[in-house]
Amino acid sequence: MSILEVNDVSIRYMTGDFKDIGLKEYVMRKLKGQYHVTEFWADKDITFSLEKGDMLGIIGTNGAGKSTLLKAISGIMEPTRGWVRREGTIAALLELASGFDGDLTVRENAYLRGAMLGYTRKFMNEMYDQIIEFAELKDFEDRPFKQLSSGMKSRLAFSIASLVRPDILILDEVLSVGDGAFRKKSEAKMRDIIQGGTTTILVSHSIAQVRQMCSKILWLHKGEQVEFGDDVQGICDRYQAFLEKK
Amino acid sequence: MLQKLFQYQFLFEELVKRDFKKKYKRTVLGMAWSVLSPLLTLLVMRLVFTQFFGRSMVHYTTYLFCGNLVFSYFNESTSQGMTALMSNAGIFTKVNVPKYMFLLSKNVQTLINFALTLCVFFLFCVLDGITFTWKFILLLYPIVCLLLFNLGVGLILSALFVFFRDVQYLWSVFTQLLMYMSAIFYSIDGYAPMIRNLFLLNPVYLFIRYFRKIVIDAAIPSVWFHLLMAADVIIVLGLGCWIYKKYNTKFLYYV
Repeated sequence: MSILEVNDVSIRYMTGDFKDIGLKEYVMRKLKGQYHVTEFWADKDITFSLEKGDMLGIIGTNGAGKSTLLKAISGIMEPTRGWVRREGTIAALLELASGFDGDLTVRENAYLRGAMLGYTRKFMNEMYDQIIEFAELKDFEDRPFKQLSSGMKSRLAFSIASLVRPDILILDEVLSVGDGAFRKKSEAKMRDIIQGGTTTILVSHSIAQVRQMCSKILWLHKGEQVEFGDDVQGICDRYQAFLEKK
Repeated sequence: MLQKLFQYQFLFEELVKRDFKKKYKRTVLGMAWSVLSPLLTLLVMRLVFTQFFGRSMVHYTTYLFCGNLVFSYFNESTSQGMTALMSNAGIFTKVNVPKYMFLLSKNVQTLINFALTLCVFFLFCVLDGITFTWKFILLLYPIVCLLLFNLGVGLILSALFVFFRDVQYLWSVFTQLLMYMSAIFYSIDGYAPMIRNLFLLNPVYLFIRYFRKIVIDAAIPSVWFHLLMAADVIIVLGLGCWIYKKYNTKFLYYV
């Protein structure tokens, strides 16, 4: 019984004139026939499944459809065609530093983020000290969030997020956080989580990281599924060869 | 639904707290200001319009206040609710949370404001020599209706605002016009019956009128009046929910 099944998922993405236009402009453009919406397939016929404890690395160049696919898996988007079946809880950590509020303090932001990730208040109360300690933000607890450096922000985000014990964990460029020392710490933490039996999906541009940590690889290129399998080294070799050829 | 509500209770509380802190900037004056501003409007209207409309009317201050109370709650709740979705785009494009939460938390905010103003309203009633009767309990009906009505309008507007950014300006023009059509500072008794009935098409006027009936006339509006209000609420709220359900996963294309 697989814990995550992605079956023939295609996602049509819309871009074009409709963003940031007003009602008046919309009507004018409609009348003049100048209203253009471009649709393109961000992902085409992606099929794969994961077992409990798998660590999937998704690789591919920019615009390969990685982030869109993750949004479909986490339920933020609905696939245009195909379906996603998930067993158990899912936590997605996409672009960590966004979604914080600059006017709130570090403590308030921590609680807000915890709430978004589906923690309970009790859990946050218990874990709060641990979070701050891990993020090394002890002296900044009551500072407004906007005064923090971007490294600090990501550190906090990672520290809160790494407490999750979901059945499926999605990490989008999460591990490239902070300075060298913190990165080491965060990687160790990630390994902890994975060894705890969590199925993890990792998007990373660091091939070395993917080779080291993942047990399965999904290679996407311009929305198409190039390869999927557990031959991690083999696929990574071919991907690197592909990158060099370009 | 209930289970879901419980599941997101923590998030809801944190959102309410956040909106509260941001709004009042952690100052007592911030909170006082939100009560003071409708009072100032009241004062100006009282000074200006008593000359024209207030002479033949008893309890003109209370009459005005009823209108202002209802209208400023409606205005604040809807125009702030409109941006609820858009200003949280950074969250709902990254985390899968129910989107109506953002609107609900904004509405808690405006409801608190309304409650504060309502207390001042009762104080003014005393000063104006209004006798309090048991019928005041019935005010709960228009208040609950108004709350739901505001929610419904907020749902519609916040969704529209995602699609069309100039809705904000159109809405402010619209509320301005609506304000003049809600008989806040004048009485509609002078109009022909036909035109008076037209006022009943304006939901905001219904709420105001209910307040006045109870507070000034100590009378209970008819059953039909109650039903008319309920119908307005159901239509608007239903439409809002439908839009949210339909566009739930499409909003993120537009932000």
